[in-house]
Amino acid sequence: MFDALSDRLRDVLGRLTGRGHVSEADVDAAMREVRLALLEADVNYRVVKDFIARVRARAIGTEILESLNAGQQVIKIVHEELTNLLGQGDRTFRLTGQPAVVMLVGLQGSGKTTSAAKLARHLAKQGRQPLLVAADPYRPAAVDQLVQLGRSVEIPVYTAPQGTLVVRIAQDGVAQARRTGRDVVIVDTAGRLTIDEALMDEIRQVAEAIRPSETLLVVDAMTGQEAVNVAQAFAASVPLTGLVLTKIDGDARGGAALSIGAVSGLAVKFLGTGERTDALEPFYPDRLAGRILGMGDVLTLIERAQETLDAKVAEKAAEKLRRNAFTLEDFLEQMQQMKRMGPIGQLLEMIPGMRGLAREAQGAVDRGELKHIEAIIQSMTREERADPSILNASRRRRIARGSGTSLPEVNRLMKQFGEMQRLMRLMQRQGGRRPALPFGR
Amino acid sequence: MFWRRTRPESGSAGGQPETAVAPAAADPVPADVPAAADGAAPGSGAGPAQIADGVQASRRGFMARLHSILRGGPVDDEAWEAVEETLIAGDVGARLAMEVVARARDRRDPGGPEAAVRAELARLLPASTAGPWRPARPDRTLPAVVLVVGVNGTGKTTSIAKIAARLAGEGDRVLLAAADTFRAAAIEQLEAWASRLALPIVAHRAGADPSAVVFDALDAAVARDADVVIVDTAGRLHTRHNLMEELAKIRRTIDKRLPGVTPEVLFVLDATTGQNGLAQAKAFHEAIGLTGIVLTKLDSTAKGGIVFAIEQALGVPVVFAGVGERVADLVDFDTDAFVEALFA
Repeated sequence: MFDALSDRLRDVLGRLTGRGHVSEADVDAAMREVRLALLEADVNYRVVKDFIARVRARAIGTEILESLNAGQQVIKIVHEELTNLLGQGDRTFRLTGQPAVVMLVGLQGSGKTTSAAKLARHLAKQGRQPLLVAADPYRPAAVDQLVQLGRSVEIPVYTAPQGTLVVRIAQDGVAQARRTGRDVVIVDTAGRLTIDEALMDEIRQVAEAIRPSETLLVVDAMTGQEAVNVAQAFAASVPLTGLVLTKIDGDARGGAALSIGAVSGLAVKFLGTGERTDALEPFYPDRLAGRILGMGDVLTLIERAQETLDAKVAEKAAEKLRRNAFTLEDFLEQMQQMKRMGPIGQLLEMIPGMRGLAREAQGAVDRGELKHIEAIIQSMTREERADPSILNASRRRRIARGSGTSLPEVNRLMKQFGEMQRLMRLMQRQGGRRPALPFGR
Repeated sequence: MFWRRTRPESGSAGGQPETAVAPAAADPVPADVPAAADGAAPGSGAGPAQIADGVQASRRGFMARLHSILRGGPVDDEAWEAVEETLIAGDVGARLAMEVVARARDRRDPGGPEAAVRAELARLLPASTAGPWRPARPDRTLPAVVLVVGVNGTGKTTSIAKIAARLAGEGDRVLLAAADTFRAAAIEQLEAWASRLALPIVAHRAGADPSAVVFDALDAAVARDADVVIVDTAGRLHTRHNLMEELAKIRRTIDKRLPGVTPEVLFVLDATTGQNGLAQAKAFHEAIGLTGIVLTKLDSTAKGGIVFAIEQALGVPVVFAGVGERVADLVDFDTDAFVEALFA
């Protein structure tokens, strides 16, 4: 999400690096570009104005410009101010009360219902017992949607008979949780416009009736300049405690979140990273700042790995790598494990310096190349998988036919796998660089 | 405000919400869904004044600010900067706002800065098409096909209901195709609308191949002699290559089943969208070829300024504006009036 923004910033600021002498005019030129980059990322224009003014004031009129690494110093200031912007607000997710109540509010189409299901799944994984409450009686089939999502994440959903007032639905939902011993209630509300006084009044009444310990505003990452006003208008009606930023798996630059944080002090608490119900991440500003600055986000990757990977399988693979006995069979197993962790592009992006590769890899997945690799390996016999050196021309032709691919594709995979094995042997000896991945050109 | 002004021109051809809704009950299409027994008839009570109010509310801030800036005496650098900021605040985009202001300054318009900025903004939009939008249908023996596409949550399904109601109100036999087989309860959502509007719908089970749904819908449309098939597609982020491919496949399905029929492809854009809207429009245009834009949620406080950049880049006209949640809350988009309204 923030890639395009960070790419632009690095590009602009890159021109300052390695330069001993930086003039005031250089800084101004760079700031004009930074301003454009931020505005193109949908950061609110008032926030941008303040940001530029602060950076400029810190860079000019001090001895920084006189120093030997002036360019680096200016970049450092930008980074610090950026991290500062990202780090606004209190990020603690509070579940207090019996049951604890979480309410999701927002504009139409921001992703409340999907986020509610994701959040329920997330909390259930942490040992909580959530109850989802369908409190959107207006949009056709909104209740159906939550019921279906609830079924898919195996969380019960409370629905009220048609015609029940929304305040009543919410109250009954909480009562139901108390009766059935669920310890968290997640209330999915209808999308509403901030200028709709009747509906804004309704949400205020709901909040007063059920006193949520968390009232999260769900914000689409693609939102423009209006995001700040929307947040402020919702905050005026209900006591907002944080944000869920959705659809960040697109290429939107996510300036909305930065802006809301800077203006209203509300922190992003969760990120929606895809359409699957497990595509929800807690938000860590330091990690995200790292991602923006191209330092990767290894912590999130490790957590995701711990959550989804089968430790035994991983250990076995590592052991085989050490003994140089890593076969195509293991390779297939690894690939399937990786897939469970989420889109490969997102995974690689979390590793420092892998952004370019991440894009290429995701492209390979989208083009179906990984599926081809799977098909090719699955079309081999056990002996072939264990020892690819026995693959003669006739075996390769059979595999190509069996997997619905072509001979060149089979040959390419075998060549790449051979290279990978060679690299791994090299790594064993030198403890050096990471291996090339077996796809892409 | 500007919608009210344009209504006399477009209203006679069906632009009026009342005409779009009332006949839905007397729909000539033999519906295979239960007739709309729904007492809360869609759009009931949506007078033009209410719609105008809705749009006005969203416009007021933006226009009033431009207005006051540009009317207030001699225009110095600071005032021009304020104009630029106002455009940026309306999601016009920083680069484009700078360009517009620079060109407006160069104009030295005798009518003053207001006229200059207005003229420059107008140049970004294609001239208004004659009359309200109707799906192209060169061959009257075959149904027109309308594909409705966009990213998640922009209001595709609601827009389809509104467009279907309008076309049905004009006497067209409309058939809906539920090709969003991915999102939970998306089919049920469209079915609910079909039932309220008493329109036939073709739907498969969740998870089915969208192209198969479209193929069947086209079959049904030919068999029933329908005039228009409106296809609801799943919301998809424009960065997902394989999902964009799926759209191209739907397009090929139409070519296969109804050779010679060029579908209308309406791109649904949420007015609250920022600069990403341009990337969205470009990607969808590249994947499937857009023929029109529906700008939704214009009754919010958002300004929809990204439309200028999209029009400048692609030249695909905005054909409808969504201004509320009721079926009648869909109005013709008049580009001249749109620009003029910035200063009202």
